[in-house]
Amino acid sequence: MVEQPLECELSEHALRKVLQEGLPLVARPYQHIAQQLGTSEQAVIEKIAAMKQQGLIKRFGMVLRHHELGYTANCMVVWDVPDQQVDQVAQLLSAEPAVTLCYQRPRRTNWPFNLFCMIHGKERTQVQQQIESITHKHLLNYPHQLLFSTRQFKQRGAHYV
Amino acid sequence: MEGIVKQTSVPYRLELSNQDRDLLNAVQKDFPLHPQPFKVLSNQLGIPEQEIIERLNAFQQNNAISRFGAVFDHQRAGASTLAALAVPEHEIEHVAESINALKEVNHNYQREHEFNLWFVINACNQVEVDSVLTHIAAEFDYPLLDLPMAKGYHIDLGFPLW
Repeated sequence: MVEQPLECELSEHALRKVLQEGLPLVARPYQHIAQQLGTSEQAVIEKIAAMKQQGLIKRFGMVLRHHELGYTANCMVVWDVPDQQVDQVAQLLSAEPAVTLCYQRPRRTNWPFNLFCMIHGKERTQVQQQIESITHKHLLNYPHQLLFSTRQFKQRGAHYV
Repeated sequence: MEGIVKQTSVPYRLELSNQDRDLLNAVQKDFPLHPQPFKVLSNQLGIPEQEIIERLNAFQQNNAISRFGAVFDHQRAGASTLAALAVPEHEIEHVAESINALKEVNHNYQREHEFNLWFVINACNQVEVDSVLTHIAAEFDYPLLDLPMAKGYHIDLGFPLW
C-alpha cells in the first residue's frame, strides 16, 4: 500500500491548479500563466521541467478525447491472473500498441479480476478482434471479460488541488 | 432531465488529414518547454507556427482536445480510485447525474456489465476519497466496488492516432 500524503502541497499549489485546468493555446502560453501567477515565464518553464523530472507530472501536452476523434469503441478488458504471473502478463499487454492503459487492482469478494487494460478503436468488431489476437498471441488462457463503454457521462482531467 | 446528463453516444467523425494526425501525435507528450513552444513544433513538423495554433484551437473547440496541460502521477499528486456501481438499468441516468455532480469525479462511463457505472474519484488525499465513497454508499443502496490502483504498468502516455 502506497502511503498517501495527508497534506496537500501548497508551494506548487497555484501552478498545479493551472496545469490541471489547462493552459491557453497561444504563442507564449508560459508567459500567459506566469502573468496570472505573478511570476516569470522562465520560472514557470523551470518548475514544469522539475515536476516532470520528479515524476509528479507523467505527461505534459495535449489531452485528447478519443471519442471525438472517431475512436468510438472503448473497451476495458479485465483479467483474473494468478498473482505470481500478473507482472509478466501486464508487461506483455503493455507492450501491445493497442493497449493504452494497464493497471493492477485488488480483487473483491464479488470481483475476481486483478488486471485491467484499456483498448480504444474505431469499430467495436475491430477492438474485439484485437483483443482476441492479443489473447491468442500470448496464450492468455485466463478468465477475462470485455466491458465496452456504451455511454460517456463525464470526461475531464483530474482535480487534485 | 436527460439534457442535464452529457451524453456523447452519437457517433461523431472528425476527418483527420495525415498532417493533423502527425500534429496530434506530436503534441501529446514531451511538449516543448520553450518560451515559444509552437515555434519549436513548427520547425519539427514543417507547419507554420500560426497554423499550428489555429488548428489546435479548432480541435479544442470541437472537443477533440480536452485540455493542454499536465497529467499527474495519480499516487503522488493525491489519491484516487476506480469505483463501480451495479445500478438497475432504469435508474442509471439518475444515478449517473448524481455521480457527475461530485467535483471529485472526473470520468464516468456506462459499461456493459452487471457493474454498469464506472467512475474515477480523485482528491488531494485518501481521507477525501474515502469520504466520497462513503457518501455514495449512503446515497445508493447498490453493490459498490472500490478498486484503487495497486500497480501501474502503462499509465497515460498519450494515444497514438492511426
